[in-house]
This record gives sequence, structure tokens and C-alpha cells, in this order.
Amino acid sequence: MSISQIQDEIINEFSLLDGDMEMTVFYIMELGQKLPVMNEVDKTEDNIVKGCQSKVWLTAKQNDGKVFFIGDSNTAITKGLVSLLIRIFNGQSPETILKGDLYFMKNIGMERFIGTQRSNGFAAMIKQMKLYAFAFKTQLAEKE
Amino acid sequence: MNTTTAIDIRKIREQFPVLHQKVNGKPLIYFDNAATNQKPKQVINALVNYYQGYNANIHRGIHTLAEKATRAYEETRHSMQKFINAKNVEEVIFTRGVTESINLVASSYGRTFLNAGDEVIISELEHHSNIVPWQIICEEKKSILKVIPVTEVGEIDLDAYRKLLSSKTKIVAVNHASNSLGTINPIKEIIKLAHEVGAVILIDGAQAAAHLEIDVQDLDCDFYCISSHKMYGPTGAGILYGKKELLEKMPPYMSGGEMIRDVTFAKTSYNDLPYKFEAGTPNIADVIALNEAINFINTLGKEQIAEHESELLAYASEKLAAIPGLKLIGTAKEKVAVQSFIIEGIHHFDIGQMLDTRGIAVRTGDHCTQPLMDRLGIEGTVRASFSIYNTKSEIDEMIEGLKRIVNFMKP
Repeated sequence: MSISQIQDEIINEFSLLDGDMEMTVFYIMELGQKLPVMNEVDKTEDNIVKGCQSKVWLTAKQNDGKVFFIGDSNTAITKGLVSLLIRIFNGQSPETILKGDLYFMKNIGMERFIGTQRSNGFAAMIKQMKLYAFAFKTQLAEKE
Repeated sequence: MNTTTAIDIRKIREQFPVLHQKVNGKPLIYFDNAATNQKPKQVINALVNYYQGYNANIHRGIHTLAEKATRAYEETRHSMQKFINAKNVEEVIFTRGVTESINLVASSYGRTFLNAGDEVIISELEHHSNIVPWQIICEEKKSILKVIPVTEVGEIDLDAYRKLLSSKTKIVAVNHASNSLGTINPIKEIIKLAHEVGAVILIDGAQAAAHLEIDVQDLDCDFYCISSHKMYGPTGAGILYGKKELLEKMPPYMSGGEMIRDVTFAKTSYNDLPYKFEAGTPNIADVIALNEAINFINTLGKEQIAEHESELLAYASEKLAAIPGLKLIGTAKEKVAVQSFIIEGIHHFDIGQMLDTRGIAVRTGDHCTQPLMDRLGIEGTVRASFSIYNTKSEIDEMIEGLKRIVNFMKP
């Protein structure tokens, strides 16, 4: 699926919650609970995403020209948000991730309850994912 | 006695416009009063009336508006003098709040009277604003900062304090009540002990002003600091109370207009107290409106306020403690209406965010007391702090919200 298709799918899922704030947050946390477990050894200072109020760890690997992320957070809501980003970007090419335009946040009313401090953290997570994509893109170009 | 018969909370709530709104589709429940409490109409109207009716620069103008504004501004000083029972009106210095008041004392008194090897004592319960100014001045003067430990329940260890005191102690600075835990400190005893070794003592009264009786003469404290916005007044205003004989010995903290008597390029002489410490155009509007906040508290009476808030605290603490996995943080015997807590396995940010979806405003984090959190071995807490306009049914709503979170997280 393309980045937009996945985002549209997410928007559709959240629309079922009818703007109920509490249900929305519960749903986000539920998504976080389903995130594949990150190894404790990967939760290093280096893998912490700078700029988040909560602790967020993010690692990535490249396989066959596709990028795969593993992430975790010490708070459940943020972990849910990480899981949404991973769902969108996982298995995409570095190029697609770098060009990827994220619009689902507005459509699921996320700004309304994430708050400015968390929003900045969210931007930091996206930036970190794009940095990984950029690194892989450079790596792949060198191999060619 | 049941406080609901003594004061009509519904009537009080009517005076607070901000309370009558929905947040995330639910009626706002405001439990972040220790951070800043809400403002009654009288305070808001005083701001509007000043700007609409008599905005003018004070003290030097001779026209009618300037006179009116000056009178209103100075009236607040007189009200504040009575509010804390200061002996002299010029002992009340307007600042931006407790942070500025402490910085003023640390910079002016500290820089003048501290020497290498002298000691300053604070406690583990302090807000960063009563830690950092002392760290800075101690570093500058090569003085030593000593810290009174707190016990498991969050009370100052008086025995340890006695042991820290010596002829080297020059300044002691502690809060009247803790912002993170609510502990009311035995400041009368702490002040007496400081004086026995010849030290001066500063009390951070940020969390006390809206709740506890303050009598600076009876306490015999040397400095007492208050923030307006934590006592129903506007932000950006507050006071430093200081004993006249100390303030007179202290050099100005900031300089400019208002604080001078005569200026020549050769020499400047300073104005009398309190103006020596009030350089520049002050925060006229907010100070004037602060008078209405004082009136609001005086009209209700601190005893009644404390009675209602204590009842809320006792009710909340009991209900909170019954939630599985919840641990109360800060269970001192004497407390203002602040209850911190953590829930095992659930991050405080998540709890705060979840409560917000139900329109409930609480504080989460370290509450600007990182050393205290370190001492307690925790990263932060959820803090619910209550005010005169809060009700038991609001607490029930919070408890309900917390139960839902616990059930969701641990099915």
C-alpha cells in the first residue's frame, strides 16, 4: 500500500470513533500495545528521539531497498503514535519516505489532544524516520 | 461541621467565569490550582476598569489619572501589609512573583553578606526557584549550599536540620508549603532555629498565600515571598516582604527610574523603601487587581477556605488510595490541598492526557522539583490540587476517569 492509502485507512478507522476524545486516546494506546516488542538492548541513549517529552526510541534497518522501523516509548499514548508512523512508513523505499507527505494527523483530530509539547515531539519522530531513510538512500546509492 | 452549610460553593463558582465551559466535550474540572488558580470576576473587572478608566503611570504624574492609579496601586500595598501582618507598609515590595523575590534576596542580600565558606541551607522539598538562585550566588561567593533531607512521607527532617545549622549558616530558605507534595512545613520552628545561629531566613510562600494564615511578625521571618497568580490574582505580580532593617542594608537589585532620589553623572542616591527595589514602571494593572484577590480571600476567610479544601483533600486521598496500584506520594500530617500520586505501570503523562480527554486538568511531571523526585526515587507524579471552587463530585469524576484508565491498561 502507498503512504496515502495507509493514511486514508487510518483516517477511516478513527472516523468510526466519532470524535470521542477518550475513545480516540484508548484506541491509540491499543495500537501501541500491538507494536512489535523492541529489544531492551536497543533502548540506548543513541536511539532516543530528541525533542519528545516522553522517551521515544527508534531504530531502523534496510532490507531489499525497503526500510523497516522498530520503536517504543515509555508512555502508552506516545507509543501508539509511534505505531501509527511505523505502520505508514514500514516497508517503503527510502525515497518514498523522504518525499512522504503526512496529513493523517489533522484528519484524525490529533492536534486537538496532543498539545504543542507533544506535537513538537511528533515532528521530531517524523524527522528521525526521514533521517534514517536519508542514510539508507545514501548507503544504497554508494552500493550501486 | 459540614462546610457546604458554611459556604455556598455554587455561589463561589458563579464568580469564576472560566469554570463555566466544556473541555473536550465535558464540563471543565480544574485541579491544577497549585500551578495557578482561577480568577474571580472582581479581579478580571479590576484589570478592565484600570485600562478603561485610569491607565496612567504612577508616582510621578500630577494629573488626575496618575493620582488615581497611584492611589489604587498603593492601596494594594496596604492591603498586602494587612494580609501578612507586616509592621511597616514599606516592607512590602512588589515584584513579578516568588521567583523574582527570591532572586532579589539572593542577589542583593546574598551578594552583599555572603562570604567564602559561609553556608546557605535549603531543603529537598524546594521548587527549582528556591534552589537555583542560591546555587548561583553560592558559586559566585564560594559559599556552601546545604540541603535538609525529607522523610519518606515528605516532611522536613528537623533533627537533620538542627545538625546542619551552625555559626557558618548565614541564610536559610524553605517553603511554607510544598508545591509537589502539599506538606506544610513547621516554619515557625525552622525560623526560630535559624535565628538561634544568627542566620536570616526566607520563606517561599507561593503555595501558602491562598490557603494559610500568614503573620510575618508572629513568624518572625526575615523575608516572605508571594505570587499573586497563586492566590486568585493576575500573573506577573507578587511581593517580597522583608524586615525593614534588612531591606535598608541591602543594595538595589535593579536600577533605573523610580528607585532613585537624585541622579548626576558623578553619583546617584537611591530612593527610600520600598521604591529602592521597584525600578522602572511597575506592573500597575496586575498589582491593582491583586487587591481584589486579597479582598476575595478576606471576604471568604482563610479558615473557611482551609476547611473546605481540607475536606476535599481528605476525600480525594481516601478515594485515590482505594484505586488498585495507586500510590499516594506525600502523606505528611499537615498538608495544603495538594495530592500527588503514581499508578504502577502507567506513566503519569498518559494519566494526565487521559484525564484531559474527560475535561479534567491535573499536573504531571516533576513539578519543578527534580531533586525531590530523585529523593523519592520517581520520575514524576500526577498532581491534583484543589481550590475553594472545587467539589466532591468533581473528585468523583476524576476517580471514575482513573478507574477507566486502570481497567484499560490492566484488563
